[in-house]
Amino acid sequence: MAQELVNPTLGKDLVGLEELTREQITAILDTAETFKEISERPVRKVPFLRGRTVVNAFFENSTRTRVSFEFAEKRMGADTVSISTSGSSVQKGETLVDTARNLEAMRIDMVVIRHASSGSAKFLADRIESHVINAGDGKHEHPTQGLLDLLTIRDHRGPIEGLKVCICGDVLHSRVARSNIHGLKRLGAEVAVCGPLTLMPADVAELGVHWFRRIEEAIEWADVLNVLRLQLERMKAGFIPSLREYNRIFGVTRARVEAAPRDVLILHPGPMNRGVEIDSDVADGPHSVILQQVTNGVAVRMAVLYLLAGGPAHDGEAST
Amino acid sequence: MSRVLIRGGRVVDPSQSLDAVLDVLLDAGRVARVGEGLESSEGTETVDASGLVVTPGLIDVHVHLREPGGEHKETIESGARAAVAGGFTAVVAMPNTDPPIDSPASVGFVRARGAAAGLARVYPSGCITPGQKGEQLTEIGELLAAGAVCITDDGKPVMNAGLMRMALEYAQSFDLPVAVHAEELTLSRGGTMNEGIIATRLGLTGIPNAAEDVMIARDLLLAQLTGGRLHIQHVATRGGVEMIRAAKAMGVRVTAEGSPHHFTLTDEAVEWYNTNAKMNPPLRSAADRDAVRAGVADGTLDVIATDHAPHHYDEKEQAFEDAPNGIVGLETAVGLAFTELVATGVIDLATMVERMSCAPARAMSLDRFGLGSLREGSAGDVTLLDPLAEWTVDAAAFQSLSRNTPFGGRRLRCRAVRTIVGGRTVWEAGR
Repeated sequence: MAQELVNPTLGKDLVGLEELTREQITAILDTAETFKEISERPVRKVPFLRGRTVVNAFFENSTRTRVSFEFAEKRMGADTVSISTSGSSVQKGETLVDTARNLEAMRIDMVVIRHASSGSAKFLADRIESHVINAGDGKHEHPTQGLLDLLTIRDHRGPIEGLKVCICGDVLHSRVARSNIHGLKRLGAEVAVCGPLTLMPADVAELGVHWFRRIEEAIEWADVLNVLRLQLERMKAGFIPSLREYNRIFGVTRARVEAAPRDVLILHPGPMNRGVEIDSDVADGPHSVILQQVTNGVAVRMAVLYLLAGGPAHDGEAST
Repeated sequence: MSRVLIRGGRVVDPSQSLDAVLDVLLDAGRVARVGEGLESSEGTETVDASGLVVTPGLIDVHVHLREPGGEHKETIESGARAAVAGGFTAVVAMPNTDPPIDSPASVGFVRARGAAAGLARVYPSGCITPGQKGEQLTEIGELLAAGAVCITDDGKPVMNAGLMRMALEYAQSFDLPVAVHAEELTLSRGGTMNEGIIATRLGLTGIPNAAEDVMIARDLLLAQLTGGRLHIQHVATRGGVEMIRAAKAMGVRVTAEGSPHHFTLTDEAVEWYNTNAKMNPPLRSAADRDAVRAGVADGTLDVIATDHAPHHYDEKEQAFEDAPNGIVGLETAVGLAFTELVATGVIDLATMVERMSCAPARAMSLDRFGLGSLREGSAGDVTLLDPLAEWTVDAAAFQSLSRNTPFGGRRLRCRAVRTIVGGRTVWEAGR
């Protein structure tokens, strides 16, 4: 079943951007580009995934990623089921792999998984025949977020090659940061990170990124800032002394953005802590493309679903 | 059969600087004679050891036998069988069972189960603190009287430095070694692998070398302060090796372990979330691995110990962060030590025997029972190794109840072909 539908450009699963080539990433972005207009039609639906079944397995809370995947699946005509931790048998002690195998026994084509453990998407992908799409695994990767960030940057700044992008904030705990770093590097961007060292992963420079100790230096350097969410519980765990100081020292504020030598593009994967990592007049201001990221998220996920399910070679074929 | 004549083997016994082709005669469970051309008399079982290496029985001072409480992973009997299959005639069982071994009765239970198995000698260790809670000392004298050969909260560090000082002081009344799992928990922060680029890429919380080094430094200082007997388990960092080397030069009473996985693998083995490469302390960098090798070579790490840590398949068949720490080690230790250290010229065969038999016996005072030597009058515990054997690790063939090894499919040289405990053959390869 699943194997014969594998698109040669993408393989069976999407676990992370680290494993993808420049050509594969570009193919996803180009496909997403053509899918954007579907969401602008009066009838937002195409039949590319008609008859396919997709399970959204969210073992960790998520609103926007789950909804974005559901819209993408429905607009492609797939049948979808969503399960979440609170309603799933995982709470009754069933293992992740048993849950997935049971779903698979009901004949499905794809699983979109969000899980708190790093590596859980790969773990699942290795053990079931269905396509697996990683919707965020612990602190590892969130590839569709990385892809939608790339698409949004490309929309506004043209080719990624040579652009200077700084990822700001809690890189240590961020799967979004890892997917961004891999994707941006693969497409030829210069990548930097900025934030206190308590929130930087060990040896991050070995990923080919530069560390800015101060946000002012990062903003002076960058064409694009991707501002990460700062989980509020990081303060309690001692990573930062206070939210107030974080905003004052590392916050992306209007004054800092306006002092930049060029127009800086501002991205944020959401949900935002206004007044902590980003100020409202930046988030809602002229440099921000945060809502376009959300719009692009649906197109990117449609593209990933489409390519994993077989892509153009399989258009119109019945599901097996 | 009370008399056994082991004929024509290369007898390697560093306890008496012996390395020659000789015969070994065991009588009534003890070594009666070692010499040339010993005559077999009526009723003597003769073992042809030509082409084999004959060593004092190997000893693993760091194994988890999981009983009581974890019998689905291992029992004292299955663990003792894995031990003899790996060439070990004696093991020291860690006390972090469920419930933990923190009372004379539970020490007696482990001893009795080990004796009932009748395979490797099973020596219990007792907890430093009741329930391994790190709050107060166990009845250390009573644990000793019940048969404990050391005290340890293995798996957990004693975070309270003042309490650790008192353990090192109090245990001196009984000349008991205090064995430590060196980890500063506020630095390891719930990490699941070595801190570094691989942890960063995999999105796993890293454990820095400093988490181990800080605790090794603390406990070396406390051993120096108290004059107590400190045994540092599974040293995995270059800093740890260096500090132990320096402490020994200053006369601190410390012994230490190097584990086969730490002298063989690096954190690259974790890549793509291999739960059979997850242990604590974690696999570290190549520089750390090389330091562990050098430590085993120069005796800074006196003892090769496996930290045999069986886990059920289902427990390891989880996402990496959710899987438990540890790997089985008893049945691969000889092959790994020979292949990784002897065959590569890091140590010679006599040093391997020293690290796997004589030194472990001294570290846990098992030499008082005649272990770790083939001198006349010693315990009749003998391991016969085939140094020319080449074999492939097949986890499915393990005697252990568990199969959690990162070495499956690996080609190794040298294996134990006969294991004799108290003059009785308890394991023969191919049986």
